[in-house]
Amino acid sequence: MESANEIIRIEGLNKTFHTKDGDVVALDDIHLEIAQGEIFGIIGLSGAGKSTLVRCMNLLEQPTAGRVFFDGQELSELGRKELNEKRHSIGMIFQSFNLLMQRTALQNICFPLELVGTPKAEAKKRARELLALVNLEEKENSYPAQLSGGQKQRVAIARALATNPKVLLCDEATSALDPNTTRGVLALLKDINQKLGVTIVVITHEMSVIEEICSRVAILDHSHIVELGRVEDIFVKPQSQIARHLLFPAGKKKFKFGSGGRCLRIVFDGLSSYEPVLSSMVLECGYPVNILFADTRDIDGKAMGQIVVELPDEEKAVHRMYAYLNTQGIRFEEVKDL
Amino acid sequence: MKPELLQLILPSTWESLYMTLISAALAYIAGLPLGILLVVTDKNGIRPLPTLNAVLGTLVNLLRSVPFLILFIALRYVTSAIVGKAYGARAVIVALFVAAAPFIARMVESSLKEVDPGVIEASQSMGANTMQIICKVLLPEARASLLVGAAISITTILGYSAMAGIVGGGGLGAVAINYGYYRNETAMMWIMIVILVAIVQVFQEVGLYLSRMVDKRIR
Repeated sequence: MESANEIIRIEGLNKTFHTKDGDVVALDDIHLEIAQGEIFGIIGLSGAGKSTLVRCMNLLEQPTAGRVFFDGQELSELGRKELNEKRHSIGMIFQSFNLLMQRTALQNICFPLELVGTPKAEAKKRARELLALVNLEEKENSYPAQLSGGQKQRVAIARALATNPKVLLCDEATSALDPNTTRGVLALLKDINQKLGVTIVVITHEMSVIEEICSRVAILDHSHIVELGRVEDIFVKPQSQIARHLLFPAGKKKFKFGSGGRCLRIVFDGLSSYEPVLSSMVLECGYPVNILFADTRDIDGKAMGQIVVELPDEEKAVHRMYAYLNTQGIRFEEVKDL
Repeated sequence: MKPELLQLILPSTWESLYMTLISAALAYIAGLPLGILLVVTDKNGIRPLPTLNAVLGTLVNLLRSVPFLILFIALRYVTSAIVGKAYGARAVIVALFVAAAPFIARMVESSLKEVDPGVIEASQSMGANTMQIICKVLLPEARASLLVGAAISITTILGYSAMAGIVGGGGLGAVAINYGYYRNETAMMWIMIVILVAIVQVFQEVGLYLSRMVDKRIR
């Protein structure tokens, strides 16, 4: 109750799985607050515990220790029936969509309404509204088997929204989709967040998903939160090894970094990237650089990105470049190992 | 065809169908809930109750491991207490019920276990209670597989019922054994076999057809 607008609060959460090969700690000492109306990202590599964390938010997974508050109410204090009622205000979507295969799109969206005893006609009307919201009016009588991955996820989103939840939990919701479809689904989530004010929690292993829609992010590594903050800040100045790793996907690390050479990571924070910074720097300093990695994209309408260049061997040149970047107010850092 | 022959075939076919369908229906009344319980109370089920699950599992296994003929004989006092005599079609129904219910429970169990755990988790996330998950998720989602299971169960029961012919059960099996074995009238036996095969085919095909009809996963 400390902060009026927080919808989810997690205190000292621990989840340990007891397996026959011994105990496995999936989450340890997790503290987290998610504000009403934000899009909060949780990113980590597979096995980091992120899916377990999101399942603790609606108690699909029982925490071993710690407390989970939803809308000021501690969830583990609730009885089975009260918990089920609470869950009507926590929507969830999944990587594998998890639609009822023997129901049409419309019937799938009616499902959560049936659970709360909404009259049939009313449920149908609401389901049609939701189908319109996710742009699938013409698919109301299609079965999941007849829908594409993106369409299935849209139906799942509509279904999750049927009972007007306050929060929508997205567990790797775009991981099974191709990049174009992913963009469409993310745009839809953003739209829902803005139109309906639904708080969205996004679990992903892809930094691009976080950059695209999240305002804040927690980076999860080996059962711990290693970084937490605004996406822009973490993007511009990642503190942890894992954050760097996520920012530079291994697949793109094609180049072996120079013969002991130093590398410079130049960050575009949304102000400067339309100016030819790199060319200007090279012209100004009179030394060429080798571009090792470049990645820019549109985040929240601002151009964000990063370029990693290999620095020349001469110390003089490096100093000049640093000075140039400083005068231009461009953020940069020297990197050794990505 | 000679009228005497027809008089033999028609009632015994009817008797076989009657025994099979009645005992299948009764066995489903017991076996369906039992199968649901086995799934729901499993340690990975939606309401894990390991002790109950172990007890039910053991009971089902015990009953399943007694060969039908022996079960029929072993139950003869129970049978006569219930239906008044230990032979004839109605007596067979009692034994068929006892033999088929655990069989059906296992069939139902395996059908329900085919339901994607992700879908069950999704319904839990939407706040569905145990009853709602059973009635609105498990059974409807498994309906195609349940129908195939029903076809297999019914044909199995038909096979059991024919077997009971040797110990005084009625129906096609009794005719086949009496004429084919005791009187050595092979032709009569073959007629009965053909009828039995035809009935099995019909149940099997109808079951598969219905299953395909209701299954919306294949398009």
